[in-house]
Amino acid sequence: MEILVCIKRVPDTAENEIEVNRDGTDIERDDLVYSVNEWDNYAVEEAIQIRDKVGGNVTVVSVGDENAEEVVRREMAMGADQGILLSDDVFEGSDGKGVATILKAEIEKGKYDLILTGAQADDGAGQVGGMLAAMLDWPFASLVNKIEISDDKKISVGREIAGGNQEMNEMDLPCVLSIQTGINEPRYVGIRGIRKVASVDIPVHGMGELGLSPDRIGKAGAKVNCLDYFVPDPGEGAEMLEGSTDEILDKLVEILKSKGGIK
Amino acid sequence: METALISPAKAAFLGIPTVIFSLIIPVVGVAVFAYIMAKRLAPLVRALPDERLDRPCRRLVAVLKYYFGQYKHPRYITAGIIHIALFIGFFIISLRSVTLVLSGISEGYHLPGFGGELGAAYDILKDYTVTVMLVVTIVAMIRRGIFKPERYAVPPKYGKDHTKEAVFVLALISGLLISDSFFEGSLAAANLQQGIHSESMVLGTTPWVAALLLSGVSTESLQSIHIGAYFSHELIFFFFLCFLPLGKHFHIITSLPNVFMMKLDKGTVKPVRWGVPDSRLDELKNFGVNKFEDFTWKHMLDFYSCADCGRCSDHCPANAVGRPLSPRFITIKSRDYSFRHYPLLGDFIISNEPLIGNILEEHEIWSCTTCGACEEECPVMIEYIDKIVDLRRYMVEEGMVPQSLQKPLGALEKRGNPYGKMERKRADWIKDKNFADTFKVKVLGNGVKAETLFFVDSVTSFDDRIQHIGRSTARVLRACGIDFGILGPAEMDSGHEVRRFGEEMLFQQLRDKNIEAISSTRAKKLVTADPHAYNALKKDYIGMPEVEHISQVISHALVEKRIRLKPFKEEGRVFTYHDPCYLGRHNGFYDIPRKVIDSIEGLKRVEMGKRCKDRSFCCGGGGLYLFYEPIEEKRMGQVRVEMAAEAGADVIITACPFCMINLEDAVKTSGLEGKMEVIDLVELVDRHLEI
Repeated sequence: MEILVCIKRVPDTAENEIEVNRDGTDIERDDLVYSVNEWDNYAVEEAIQIRDKVGGNVTVVSVGDENAEEVVRREMAMGADQGILLSDDVFEGSDGKGVATILKAEIEKGKYDLILTGAQADDGAGQVGGMLAAMLDWPFASLVNKIEISDDKKISVGREIAGGNQEMNEMDLPCVLSIQTGINEPRYVGIRGIRKVASVDIPVHGMGELGLSPDRIGKAGAKVNCLDYFVPDPGEGAEMLEGSTDEILDKLVEILKSKGGIK
Repeated sequence: METALISPAKAAFLGIPTVIFSLIIPVVGVAVFAYIMAKRLAPLVRALPDERLDRPCRRLVAVLKYYFGQYKHPRYITAGIIHIALFIGFFIISLRSVTLVLSGISEGYHLPGFGGELGAAYDILKDYTVTVMLVVTIVAMIRRGIFKPERYAVPPKYGKDHTKEAVFVLALISGLLISDSFFEGSLAAANLQQGIHSESMVLGTTPWVAALLLSGVSTESLQSIHIGAYFSHELIFFFFLCFLPLGKHFHIITSLPNVFMMKLDKGTVKPVRWGVPDSRLDELKNFGVNKFEDFTWKHMLDFYSCADCGRCSDHCPANAVGRPLSPRFITIKSRDYSFRHYPLLGDFIISNEPLIGNILEEHEIWSCTTCGACEEECPVMIEYIDKIVDLRRYMVEEGMVPQSLQKPLGALEKRGNPYGKMERKRADWIKDKNFADTFKVKVLGNGVKAETLFFVDSVTSFDDRIQHIGRSTARVLRACGIDFGILGPAEMDSGHEVRRFGEEMLFQQLRDKNIEAISSTRAKKLVTADPHAYNALKKDYIGMPEVEHISQVISHALVEKRIRLKPFKEEGRVFTYHDPCYLGRHNGFYDIPRKVIDSIEGLKRVEMGKRCKDRSFCCGGGGLYLFYEPIEEKRMGQVRVEMAAEAGADVIITACPFCMINLEDAVKTSGLEGKMEVIDLVELVDRHLEI
């Protein structure tokens, strides 16, 4: 089975303090560390497990600047067979549809049976997977937490529904799935693993290689444009506790007690 | 010399001279033994290299202390006495056994020099030895077979009970002793009957008892008993010899070399591959232990040397709280695996199957906190930590790392601390308002210099509670008159647990950055309040200046009267000191922290029974262990806090930030909040500084 996983390099929410910059155009990026988007990591693990079970190939692809190569490499260290970086100055400023357009162009160059994306990204809107499927005119399932390969034509996919119940759907290949966290336990990628793939060639495809026209991608092609980033004002009834951890905890306990939350 | 009976060298059985048997039995016995030993050596030859012949003098001292001196045995007093008695006994009667074997070929044989008075004296000593050994063997059989001490039990998941083998071997030993006694006793009885003078029997010994029992038996029967006893001894002797390498009694043969080749550097971790320097690690195809042959030959020898005494698991805190780890069975399972795959008959089964998932489990290997209690107990110096680390190295390579550890490992890679905090906030602990008002700690670099570098490490830099220990350390250092500074944002996690969790390359990355930062300060001395950092700087780093734990600094300052401590005033409080594993067992600081505590006048201190010093009970582990979610019935910290309460203490003093976190948590989860307090040694000193 030929599997393509779309991955994204995002600021690591666990290891950063995210703050909006002064003019509200972006977050403060000076001290940020980046990693592969958590959902995508689950998608790659799932792809590797499917490949190990039924054979085939796993390719990871990322749309981003040259720094995105680092996450492509990391996922190759995890076990993906190939990596492709889709990078071009004109890609910058693409909205969800623009990113889906770029990915679609790459997908059409190959012959894939299964496309996986993360259900959403830490810094995204959770729209690329669906748009990509629509553009390819392939079946799409979102928030997938279970995949069973029936044969080379069909798969069953599951989704958690309310009350912890499970829904199973059958769909034809090729198709696009957006993967939910918790579908598996992603393996650890050690420093040694990354070093082993440090010199593997990762092809970079730009606008030319993908045969894209500049008016459908990047800032020029974006139909949705970001206006502002800001910290919302505290609403009525909201109170920000300040001080050291101990002080905050004391205040919290006091409030909970006074409101009858704890005795 | 005239005797009443015909000796085995001259006798005949059904017309066949028995000397033939005297020749055949030893030849066959030795041949079979050599064959078995060759088979047992086979896996060691296929194993990975190990370097164990350096520092021969220290090794000889170790042999004298741990092997001949039986140094660790009395830690379990009953078993220890039994073992020492049999150990000494075996050395004494081994001469007798050799003499007996050879006298079956050459009548009246004695070892060179044993013909005269020495021989006579030896015979008396030997008779007493045989007697004592027989009594001890019977006591041991009763103990193993009837009383069954708990630590020998085999939980069902680890297979069948081992009592039968133990009792069987004890029976073999008694068989040797009894047959020898009857061989001698029958001759004495016959001599007496015929009025032939022979050396008198030593009163009260087993040969004497045998002679007494046989006094009324006819000479003819005595002749049969004499020869029968001789060949019983001969057969048991060679059967026992060949039986040794088949099970736990292999230790009788392997413990001597095992002790000689013991690990001399406590607290260190073995290199990924012996003989491969760090710079060439990238060339290695794989890391760690995957299949059995990935163990080093010495680690295989460890498996052979285990006497199944259960002392390791009896002291293993992971085992005590119901984690799926029992060090004893790491060894037993591996030995069984080795015996199965290197059978005495038939082809070797060389398999590439991984040990993890086959005979070992992932959680079993992650359960170890590397506290070292098992290694401290082992009488034959079997190693566990290095094996566990090697198994983890393989798991890390395969990506088999618990989810709970992946985040902190990722954060260590990106931020140099397991919490994912920003590097630039690493020195924020010195900015605490009350502290900063009175004290400005130097951040070294950019021209700022100091004689001593205080290596803070991640937990003290970022954990709210532990930052207090950091500030106390700073105040105490100042009081001691030490010019010191910290690395601040340039400091990385020491990587102590990163290495012990098997992520060697990440450890080396952290270490190399730290070495560079430390070297650039040109500090002459390193001080830390964290035993894990201390151990890393001292044992894992190369080319560091002298490293001291804060307890040493305080101790020197007290001796040199640079600081004085105020008396303790509160009535009715009882303190106990909890030895952190990496200060105590791995670095041998037992008395220094106690002396520091005892220098506070009026402070009452008790010990937690036997569970102190090198028998301290791990709090649950430091560094990455704070993130690991083990399978367990109870938390180690809770067990430890209960030990303190039982000792009658209401304050636990420790000298390690991780012990503080684990024990303070345990105080809360044990419902002892308000009744039990935990304090770090340096905080205690800080509170009592006379300024």
